[in-house]
This record gives sequence, C-alpha cells and structure tokens, in this order.
Amino acid sequence: MNQLPVEYLFFVGAIGLVGIGVAGMLLCRNLFRVLLALVIAEAGANLLLVLTGYRWDAVAPIVLPGMPAGTTMVDPVPQALVLTAIVIGVGIQAFAVAVLIKIYHGYGSLDRRRLAAMLDRDMNELAGVGPGRSPEAPAGKRPFPPPEQQEGRS
Amino acid sequence: MMTMVVAVLVVLMLATALLVLVTPNMIAAVAASSAVSLVVSVLFVMLRAPDVAMTEAAVGAGLSAMVLALGLRRLGLWKLDNREKDDA
Repeated sequence: MNQLPVEYLFFVGAIGLVGIGVAGMLLCRNLFRVLLALVIAEAGANLLLVLTGYRWDAVAPIVLPGMPAGTTMVDPVPQALVLTAIVIGVGIQAFAVAVLIKIYHGYGSLDRRRLAAMLDRDMNELAGVGPGRSPEAPAGKRPFPPPEQQEGRS
Repeated sequence: MMTMVVAVLVVLMLATALLVLVTPNMIAAVAASSAVSLVVSVLFVMLRAPDVAMTEAAVGAGLSAMVLALGLRRLGLWKLDNREKDDA
C-alpha cells in the first residue's frame, strides 16, 4: 500500500495554511484580521513541525505494557516543542489583543492606512515639523525644539 | 480510505482559512479560525500525536477563541452586520 500521497496531502495542508496566513497578514487592512491571519499561520507552522517527525509505519510515542522492544515510534521531540508553541501562541494572541485595544482607545480606528497617516502626523508634530513643512527638509531649517514650547517655558 | 479522509479534512481546513480572510463579519471570522484549529487537532490525531491534539483542541480552539471574542467586544466589532466597514 502506497502511503506517500497521504504525507503529500498533509504537507499541502500545512504549507497552504502558512501561505494563507502570510498572505492575510500582508494584504488585510483591518488589524484584527491581521491577528486572525497570524493565528492561522501559527496553526500551519505547528502542523508542519509535527509532520517532520511523522513515520507512516510507527505508533504513537506511548509505551504500553505489552509492547515488544523494537517497536518503531513517531519522534516525540517535535511534539513536545509544538505543545509548548501552542501555549506560547495563545499568550502572544492575548498580548496582541491588548495592544489592539490600546490602539483603538488611542486612535479610534483599526484601519492600517488610516493609522499610518495618523502616526506620521503625530510624529511630525513631535519633531516640530508643521503641516506646511516637510520632514525631508534640511535639519537646519527645522525649528527644534519647537518654538511654542520655548515660549511656554519662559 | 485514510487518504480520502485526509483529503476532505485538508480541503475543509483550507476553505475555512480562506473564509477567515474574506468574510465581512468579524464574529464569523473568529469562529472560522476556531474551526481551523479544530480541524488541525483532528489532523494531529492522524499524525499520531494525541497529546498535541488534546492541547490544540482545548487551548487553540477554546481559549484562543474566547480571548479573541472578548477582545472583539472591547474593540466595538461585536455586531452581526458590519457592511459599513471598509476593510478588505
């Protein structure tokens, strides 16, 4: 019985999940959907990692009492690592949700392009580059520190 | 026989993962990502990793979906039709 197509199918599923996740992280505009794409890519990476220790003629790595000595088993080391990676992944997701909540309270939006525009504006304000000036102007032309802060201090 | 089962599961998993990216409803997207984790846990059982499958089903499909859904309520995306959202 030829077992090779089953492994090919597993590889197609794992690499497809990683591909869909990376494509979603690159293409989606909503930051929450980027987080969901990260979850999918994580699941695909875990599947790929378990697949590296898979043998089609082996049993699960659990020693039972009536088992003969030379029984081939699946490699248990990637399984232990993936067990850790799943739990770390959920921690990363919780942290990312917390960061998204802070962003939403600070800016009122989760759209990536709108957030980038607002961040550019805020950083230009902090650097003293007004709306009429350009951040690409020579450094001598920029008022730094900003003049309104100098007036308030004196 | 096993090839057919694995083929059906992989196609289901990839279709659900695509659904996460294209559906306009965020609650459906979270549910679909949980379903992806559930199908991955079934694939772990077929790869003879029952402990990983147990953890993936409990943590990846249960706790992760709960965290994401609670975050969804805080983010104001918990609504059944959000057609006015301009997200791709």
